[in-house]
Amino acid sequence: MSTLTPGFHGRPRPQGVALPPGQYVETGFPVLSAGPTPRLDTASWRLDVTTETGVTRSWSWAELMALPQDEPTVDIHCVTRWSKFGTTWRGVSLDMLLAEVESTADFAMVGSYGGYTTNLPVSELLGGKAWIAHTFDGAPLQPVHGGPARLLVPHLYFWKSAKWVNSITLMPMDRQGFWERLGYHDLGDPWREQRYQGD
Amino acid sequence: MTEAPARLGARYARPSGWQIATLVDAWAESPSARTLVLEVAHWPGHMAGQHVDLRLTAPDGYRAERSYSVGSAATRSTVPDGSALDGAAPARVELTVQRVAGGEVSTYLTDVFAVGDAIELRGPIGGWFVWSPERDAGTPVLLAAGGSGLVPLMAMLRTRREAGDRTPFRLVYSVRRPEDRLYVADLDRLAAAHDGLDVQVVYTRSVPLGSMRGPGRLERRELAAWGWPAEIEPACFVCGPTGFVEALARQLVSLGHDPARIRTERFGPAAD
Repeated sequence: MSTLTPGFHGRPRPQGVALPPGQYVETGFPVLSAGPTPRLDTASWRLDVTTETGVTRSWSWAELMALPQDEPTVDIHCVTRWSKFGTTWRGVSLDMLLAEVESTADFAMVGSYGGYTTNLPVSELLGGKAWIAHTFDGAPLQPVHGGPARLLVPHLYFWKSAKWVNSITLMPMDRQGFWERLGYHDLGDPWREQRYQGD
Repeated sequence: MTEAPARLGARYARPSGWQIATLVDAWAESPSARTLVLEVAHWPGHMAGQHVDLRLTAPDGYRAERSYSVGSAATRSTVPDGSALDGAAPARVELTVQRVAGGEVSTYLTDVFAVGDAIELRGPIGGWFVWSPERDAGTPVLLAAGGSGLVPLMAMLRTRREAGDRTPFRLVYSVRRPEDRLYVADLDRLAAAHDGLDVQVVYTRSVPLGSMRGPGRLERRELAAWGWPAEIEPACFVCGPTGFVEALARQLVSLGHDPARIRTERFGPAAD
């Protein structure tokens, strides 16, 4: 269904960049979250990866920092319709973190300090597509943007890139996280405009 | 872990498909904000705090979409899960749009969009930042609004009035200048009913004549005085620009409120 909107012309269209449907270019870095920003101390920070058999592997902040670091430059797309091009991050690839984890699970529930959760297929976390990011634009990631560390899955809508990440739980069956239970899409591919369940 | 196998939000949070809505009335809510009354043919009902998506299409096919909170009182759901338009009833839905300088969509909606024009709409959307008298009555509520963040909170106050609900509510509303206030007359009426709603307005840039308080941001001690003690475990809804929401949520946490009872909705670029 399409209808013209009389008198609407819109901004000049961005040239030479690929913008998913329904998105606009943002140069700032908007903040969206469902509750207060937690203030976390890296001294007690940890990341737990738990398999479907209940085996947990943990990393402290120092252990995370000791791993090989990537510096991805990626475009990010928020479901509230802003896209930001060429963001630069530093962090650890999930390929690195999950390489030795024994699991046949197809789904993951990512959990955060503060209680936020989001679900993703494991396939979206592997293959150089996802990181635990702790540095943005050359500086430590600020708390409002998910610091000290957030998941970074830039090829999906940004609510999947859980701020204040502290757990990844592997699951044989998909279950829904915070926004997904409230009607948002289980995968969230911006190029297919999967904003809500049923899109 | 809090995830559940069933999607509880599906009953009300699943947006229906795009449909055409018609602007049937509109008025200035302030010099820079406009209330739009949209007639929607198939409306499954909404909860206070939910929003809709609007989609605009330019002659060359370019499209822009934005979300706007519904400011009118909740309407009871007419279909079981909101997923089907069959059986959904026609309704009038009010949105209030704040004009953003240089805004691609807001300037169209405040300055160009005319009564009789059509626009694509879908919704209602959102199941987190919501208040319903059926579900939430009895728990005291603090509403904190910055600027046009008042819109979804106004829907909560109007819903409370229409339901005859007497749940104690306190609203703290921060605006730059007196002329920026939204819903002035209706908010005065709500407060004058003396049925358990207290309203405090603070001005950050300039104050009305005779005001006892000078211009300035809401302070922690004011929030402590005008909000609820953390011990009674109120539900807190904070909506506004990011800087406002960050500051308020942080103050509430420092006053002892459980972060799990503070729901936030933000818009606009990060202050930093």
